[in-house]
Amino acid sequence: MTIETTNTAPNVSTAADTATDTLAPPELGDGNWTHRDLLDLDTYSQTDIEAVLTLADRMREILDRRIPRVPALRGYTVVNLFYEPSTRTRVSFELAGKVLGADVISVSANTSSVVKGESLIDTVRTLRAMRADAVVMRHSMAGAPYLAAQHTDASIINAGDGAHAHPTQALLDLYTMRRAVGDLSGKKVVMVGDIAHSRVARSDLWGLAAMGAKVVVCGPPTLMPRGLRAGDRPEHAESALPPVSIETEIDVAIEGADVVMALRLQSERQEGGLLPSLHEYAAHYQVTAERLARANPDHLLMHPGPKNEGIEIAGDVAGGSHSIIEEQVTNGVAVRMALLYLLSGRAEPDDVGGEARS
Amino acid sequence: MSTLAIHNGRVIDPALGQDGIADVVIVDGRIARVGPNEGDMVIEADRIDATGLVVAPGFVDLHTHLREPGAEHQETIASGTAAAARGGFTTVCAMPGTEPPLDSKAAVESVLREAEASAAVRVLPLGCITNGRAGELLAPAGELAGAGVVALTDDGQAVADPNLMRHALQYSTRFGLPVAQHPEDPALVRGGQMHEGWVATRLGLRGRPASGEATMVARDIALAELTDAHLHVCDVSTAGSVALIRAARERGAHITASVTPHHLTLTHERVAFGESYDRIQYDSSAKVFPPLREEGDLEALSEALRDGVIDAVATDHAPVSAMEKDIEFDLAEPGISGLETAFGLTMRLVSGGQLSLATLIERLTIGPVRAWNLDRRPGFEGLGTLAPGAVGDVVILDPTAEWTVEPERFASLGRNTPLAGERLQGQIIATVVDGQTVHASAAVAAL
Repeated sequence: MTIETTNTAPNVSTAADTATDTLAPPELGDGNWTHRDLLDLDTYSQTDIEAVLTLADRMREILDRRIPRVPALRGYTVVNLFYEPSTRTRVSFELAGKVLGADVISVSANTSSVVKGESLIDTVRTLRAMRADAVVMRHSMAGAPYLAAQHTDASIINAGDGAHAHPTQALLDLYTMRRAVGDLSGKKVVMVGDIAHSRVARSDLWGLAAMGAKVVVCGPPTLMPRGLRAGDRPEHAESALPPVSIETEIDVAIEGADVVMALRLQSERQEGGLLPSLHEYAAHYQVTAERLARANPDHLLMHPGPKNEGIEIAGDVAGGSHSIIEEQVTNGVAVRMALLYLLSGRAEPDDVGGEARS
Repeated sequence: MSTLAIHNGRVIDPALGQDGIADVVIVDGRIARVGPNEGDMVIEADRIDATGLVVAPGFVDLHTHLREPGAEHQETIASGTAAAARGGFTTVCAMPGTEPPLDSKAAVESVLREAEASAAVRVLPLGCITNGRAGELLAPAGELAGAGVVALTDDGQAVADPNLMRHALQYSTRFGLPVAQHPEDPALVRGGQMHEGWVATRLGLRGRPASGEATMVARDIALAELTDAHLHVCDVSTAGSVALIRAARERGAHITASVTPHHLTLTHERVAFGESYDRIQYDSSAKVFPPLREEGDLEALSEALRDGVIDAVATDHAPVSAMEKDIEFDLAEPGISGLETAFGLTMRLVSGGQLSLATLIERLTIGPVRAWNLDRRPGFEGLGTLAPGAVGDVVILDPTAEWTVEPERFASLGRNTPLAGERLQGQIIATVVDGQTVHASAAVAAL
């Protein structure tokens, strides 16, 4: 294989591949994809989410080819701007861009140098001046991608901002769930763990609400955010957070669940005095086979990773038959491909996989 | 001999219980006479026609950050007092959180010297409670009192150690200085960026719980009662603190309190939402400590202000540069540049029927003066009133005039306000300090 591979994939496709080689546009409801950015799923309708998930199916086909390369995003530049270390999300975006033929550059920045020198606004303006089309941003502080989006016309994709949001993780979670159980409407999804500090949980809540799932969050009271219960908000703000039930007892929460998702527990929570010990946490909140026996017999087990086996999830169930944790990782690439393609504005009927427009 | 005659305004002087059409005559920097047609009696005078306007004693702000020395990119004594004059304030109490902090006679005197040279209005500095505001050793309160400070405070940094706070209160009684405390327990609000509640949850920001304020206020009240000292609670922002202060005052404790215009009128929703709830923002212009709270807190605050449980509206004018605001929300400096919008913003309570105009003026004039006994200081007799012999500090205002907040036109170097582009009703027409006009809007007509 030569380095030419990237942009010549269609020419070496097998006949079987050719049949699915087009990137026909997804159903976009009224025919319009209006988003330039993905900051969180709170501004994405069910139709928008469906568009990403449907296109992700096609991307998944491309990924599963012998030579997974199409030139759909040739000439499109994606910058991964990571202010916080990440392996899986960064690699997932890099692969997603490369499979579609985009130029992908990853930059590790750190907030301490930002404080001293170049501001976030300067950085995103500079990247745009260098013709970056999309900036995938990971930041330890909530809201950083919103600040970026105000100061550039490049697409900003939030790859995780503080404890706020991680919308591409939510999209891949939705995609993985839907592939496994079909329509999510009315399905009971239970998230267990550190809800207060989880950006994954927050974005999942929006996405699952849009798809009509019934969501229960479960965790110790010290790891539950304030105001999540609708009754704790003023009437006018009822829809300001997604609908959710709150349960502090895991056995009650898991009862009849279609999907159980364990969230990563950061060891800082113990140091911050929010938990007596990891052992105590595991005793009350670890997702175990015994506890999963209360779930729907066909339940699925998920985890956004990286997981601490023996703390929030038992090793045997993480690797067990209900687990679709690895599936989540593969789907992450497909979903991010779909998203990049949609945000690029190239999703038009005549824009097929064979030739990219210049 | 210089004379200023302000004609035919509606004179509201809450201290004297006065509300009626009259002339105000200021001779050589002191109030000479107030009464119908008094202005016509003087022959040689500068004259202002205040027909259709309200004439009141100049406003007194107990809580102003002038930033000089040390952060002149945020504000200077000249720019901050120019902003005060535009806002109708004739006296500002300058916070000691400068660099160096005002924890010595030399530092206080340098501020007073600079004020003498460049300030548009009176500047009364506060001194630190502890050296360097470090919360470890008491600053020399006697030396600071001698230099002219009007109160002690560690500014935005509350004294965390209860034993040290007890001693600070106890020691202050020897010099008759109030001890003013930022009312948040540092341990309970550490790392917090906004009010803890559903908006912080929506934004994924760490919260500062309302109880972080109530616990501090409760502790300080107990310590003030233990030591028979005068505690001033700055920036009261929660219904819980209001209840504690109310009960303590009913018991006869020497507790005074002030509230900002923004805590009276804006909620935590302002951080996240502009015109609709569909789309969030991280508006650092609304980031302030204590944070903007909830509707129920606003109600308790305006009620306490009306009842006099809260003595004063104080701005906590905290100018910061654009560079310090237009960054990640967690990194953005807290604070609102408040002097120039204070009157218009609090007038919302008058428009909303929660407060009478006379009460609002009381809480901006004699309220703060009496809270800290400022009129007992030599040279400041009658501060906050228009009584004959009082300092000639007057504000002329139009409570009905509407205007649009344009931060780029502020006199303050701090353009940090969540009110940019908003309409406010209630405008300062002219400000007079010692009989000299230090601010006059285009609308003012000289006779």
